[in-house]
Amino acid sequence: MTDLLTLIVAKYNYWLYVILMMIGLYAMIAKNNLIKKLVGMNIFQTAIILFYVSIGYKKDATIPIIQNAHGGHDAHAAVIHAADYINPLPHVLMLTAIVVSVATFGVAMALAVRVYQRYQTLEEDEIRMRLVDIGPEK
Amino acid sequence: MNNYPALIVIAPLLAALFAGLAVWIKERLSYPIALIGLAVSAFSAFKVLMQVIDSGTIQYRMAGWAPPMGIEYRIDLLNAMVLLLVSGIAFLNLLASCKSVDQEVNDRAGSFYTIYLLFVTGLLGVTATGDLFNLYVLIEITSLTSYAMVALGDRDRGPLASLNYVFIGVIGASFYLLGVGYLYLKTGSLNMVDVANILSGIHGSSTVLVAFILCMIGIWIKMALFPMHVWLPNAYSYSPIAFARVVAPLMTKVMVYVMIRLMITVFGFDYIFESLSLADAVVWLATIAILAGAVMALSQKNLKKMLTYIIVCEIGYMVGGAWMGNQLGMTGAILHILNDALMTFALFLVVGNMVYKLKTVDLVDLKGLFGKMPWTMAGFVLAALSIIGVPPTCGFFSKWYLILGAFEAGAYHFAAALIISSLICAVLFFKVFEICFFEPMPEEHGHMDSHSHAVIEEAPVSMLIVSGLVSLSLIVAGLYSGTIVNTIILPFLK
Repeated sequence: MTDLLTLIVAKYNYWLYVILMMIGLYAMIAKNNLIKKLVGMNIFQTAIILFYVSIGYKKDATIPIIQNAHGGHDAHAAVIHAADYINPLPHVLMLTAIVVSVATFGVAMALAVRVYQRYQTLEEDEIRMRLVDIGPEK
Repeated sequence: MNNYPALIVIAPLLAALFAGLAVWIKERLSYPIALIGLAVSAFSAFKVLMQVIDSGTIQYRMAGWAPPMGIEYRIDLLNAMVLLLVSGIAFLNLLASCKSVDQEVNDRAGSFYTIYLLFVTGLLGVTATGDLFNLYVLIEITSLTSYAMVALGDRDRGPLASLNYVFIGVIGASFYLLGVGYLYLKTGSLNMVDVANILSGIHGSSTVLVAFILCMIGIWIKMALFPMHVWLPNAYSYSPIAFARVVAPLMTKVMVYVMIRLMITVFGFDYIFESLSLADAVVWLATIAILAGAVMALSQKNLKKMLTYIIVCEIGYMVGGAWMGNQLGMTGAILHILNDALMTFALFLVVGNMVYKLKTVDLVDLKGLFGKMPWTMAGFVLAALSIIGVPPTCGFFSKWYLILGAFEAGAYHFAAALIISSLICAVLFFKVFEICFFEPMPEEHGHMDSHSHAVIEEAPVSMLIVSGLVSLSLIVAGLYSGTIVNTIILPFLK
């Protein structure tokens, strides 16, 4: 039992992202309202962004800007240790992933607006009933 | 160093920009711009394929940055072939689309061409890139554009189908992204070849196993392998036909390519087939996918829907072949990427011609169509024979390799499923032939007031020529499949 607890505490960032991801997945699958599904989708994507951000972090490290790199007093004397700086690459990747998720969210919102204009509702079961009323598909 | 590899992807991207801008000046301008962009891209893809056959793999460094840091386009025989396939099909489809776009989305033709070009850019980028994260971004470009396209189609059902596609697409892409995250965690690199080199020393790691499973599930969702296929039929059949014709043959096939690329280049056969014991389970999954796709196709009353279920069935062929774990199966899977793209393209071109004239393609609407549209129906017969797998059409040869591979791996259930699904396809298509050939045309259809005899009313010439060319290419690809296997696929697998 204590082993499990230490495992959870030591890697709490993974547990957090998994929990967030499952909340998002649950909302996308189980909710009836399209906007709630969209919110679930956003939580799902954010969970993965948090995962990436957390894997770049190091204890007691600072932002990856090398001090005095350009002509400071002791520019050559100071040895650069990679361990002193957090890993910027996952963060940079997530800038792109955030753009992607915003774009996806925008497209999905636009589609939801179209659905609302057409059916005057965002509840999925009501839309299905309307679709039955429209008759057999083309 | 020549710049053809970059040109393949950049030409349609720039064309998309200009086509979007041209709408403000004159809407008519966007079509020729799109045509030029794709022609340049297809030409470059052809040049690259010739170069790769002559002198081996091309490594193109974006902006001159060396691989582990910079993004690399790595083009070997496999993706050179897929690049030519994608750009060629996209170009030919655009040639055929002018009329049907005017008919279906005439108020937004400019935006149609812009999104179309971006979609093709995404597909080409996915195929060309040698960087795992770049692959994710390009997959998302492809998906985003197809969400928009699906919504442009059927005004009643398009938006809802598209929204469901968004939800499932996001889940797929996110799983893939998560898998790449785990790979990065373990290797510290995103370049495919670099990752593969580091991975070869750490096969036992559970992080790598998780990464592999997450990547595969993500890609399977995107390619609509059987239990994850639900989004595909609605999304494809409600999109505008000019887009359905390009997304149906290309999207799933490019995803199969991504799967094969990950299996061969990144994780490696040794890892997948010796360290893991998943292969049997996946081949079973593919077997079920084949049977389920074929049976669901049988129950459809709409031709477009029926064909989308056949795509689900064909995905099973390629996944099964790739996971057979031997050279024959992989050869079959790669050859089937080429053949299935051509066959599906030919079928959807024919359906496009029918939609242009008939508006709806429920099976009951097709009565007497042999008399009305003989050329279209000739193309349909060729494409259908190829899907069934009748020699000398190309469908036969890839199925032959797949069956040989299945026997070598001892996967007799897969071979049986392949034969059963071919029989079901035969039943399906002969049912359609029967309706089109023997049942008389209803009086209210077509514009023939006093004639009792069918009048030939064909689709526009541009559509007919493209569909004829592609249907004939099925036989050509069949006759030359030995050459294709010997010059492209076998050297690649060596």
